[in-house]
Amino acid sequence: MNINLTLIAQLVSFAVFVWFTMKFVWPPLVRAMDERKAKIADGLAAAERGAHEQELAQERAKKVLLEAKQQAAEIKANAEKQAVMIVEEAKGKAQEEGARQLAAAKAEIEQESNKAREQLRSKVAELALAGAEKILRKEIDADAHKDIVEAVANQI
Amino acid sequence: MAGTELTSAEYIKHHLTNLTFGNHPEHGWMLAHSAQEATEMGFWAIHVDTVLWSIGLATFFSFYFLKAAQKATAGVPTGLQNFVELLVDFVNDSVRGSFSGRNDLVAPLALTIFCWVFLMNLMDLVPVDLVPWLFSLAGVHYMKIVPTTDPNTTFALALGVFALIIFYSIRIKGVGGFVGELTGMPFQTDNMLLKPFTTLVNLVLEGVNLLAKPISLSLRLFGNMYAGEMIFILIALMYGGGWLIGIFGGALQFVWAVFHILVITLQAFIFMTLTIVYLDMAHAEHH
Repeated sequence: MNINLTLIAQLVSFAVFVWFTMKFVWPPLVRAMDERKAKIADGLAAAERGAHEQELAQERAKKVLLEAKQQAAEIKANAEKQAVMIVEEAKGKAQEEGARQLAAAKAEIEQESNKAREQLRSKVAELALAGAEKILRKEIDADAHKDIVEAVANQI
Repeated sequence: MAGTELTSAEYIKHHLTNLTFGNHPEHGWMLAHSAQEATEMGFWAIHVDTVLWSIGLATFFSFYFLKAAQKATAGVPTGLQNFVELLVDFVNDSVRGSFSGRNDLVAPLALTIFCWVFLMNLMDLVPVDLVPWLFSLAGVHYMKIVPTTDPNTTFALALGVFALIIFYSIRIKGVGGFVGELTGMPFQTDNMLLKPFTTLVNLVLEGVNLLAKPISLSLRLFGNMYAGEMIFILIALMYGGGWLIGIFGGALQFVWAVFHILVITLQAFIFMTLTIVYLDMAHAEHH
């Protein structure tokens, strides 16, 4: 319980250990802790940024999807319109073609019937002539009645 | 049990005597054989146990912390680093809370004081007879293992802090500012006749105020630890009084030790906090 040289010894060792802590212990520890603090803050900021970016991306994706849907709908509508058009066109063409063919057929029929009439006419003349000949052979002289016969033939 | 062949008073006195090495006026340099001889050595004596235990403890925590500091990374801290960072953070918060100036010395100083005082106080929880008994087997008859029950230690710590208070007071405010602080407050006058009078009164008041800092700092720690140690010694006396009193003493020792965990931590914390506050006051400009 005496105050003695121990006081000086303790004072010196106190100074030495404070110096030691100040020089070698405190700075690296505080530096590491500050660095970690900064790192954590950075990490949090990055996470927040990431979340924000994700939100933006989601919004963008939604917009793109909506656009694509709109485009698809447009394309579909166009296609339908075109299909209708094509069908209409085909219908028109078919009708035209039908009409054309009908007209051609009618013309052909006309032609054929004219031809047939022509043939029939000549045949009738011949027949009439032949019939008349047969009748007349008995009753008229060909030469004497030539004018009449010809007139008849011409009338047919 | 050292108490068996001693009276209670002798037992207590034995426990309160340091292992002293010094210059005895009659026998020259030697280890004191009794408290009487230790006192006769006067100032030129050194408490070997106090010095060795305190330096040992300080070395222990210094290198423990150094190891953590060398391996400290900004990554995920593990085990040792975690524990050390906990302490550093705690001290740092205390310093930030009480110290408004900028000084790179204060925080490491506070950390050293807290850890060192805590470890020295912690030796109080070692059963009072255990270590002295081990040393007595080795032929060393006096061994006081709690350095903070030696006023030399607490006064050394307080004087170190006091020196820093004076140093920073003068460095921040200049000699004139420091002297002005001691003489110009709390009484102020512009009257030339009254001035010497107020100056004298102020010097006495402020001087007491200034000197009270290291004295209260050291005596508070010393008183608490000395009283705690004394109670442990008194409880240990009960082990010599038969098995019933012995068991009662054991229970008492346990209870007191649990309570003392609070005391030793609190004392270390108070010493650290007051150091910070005193140094803050040394840095603060008074208006």
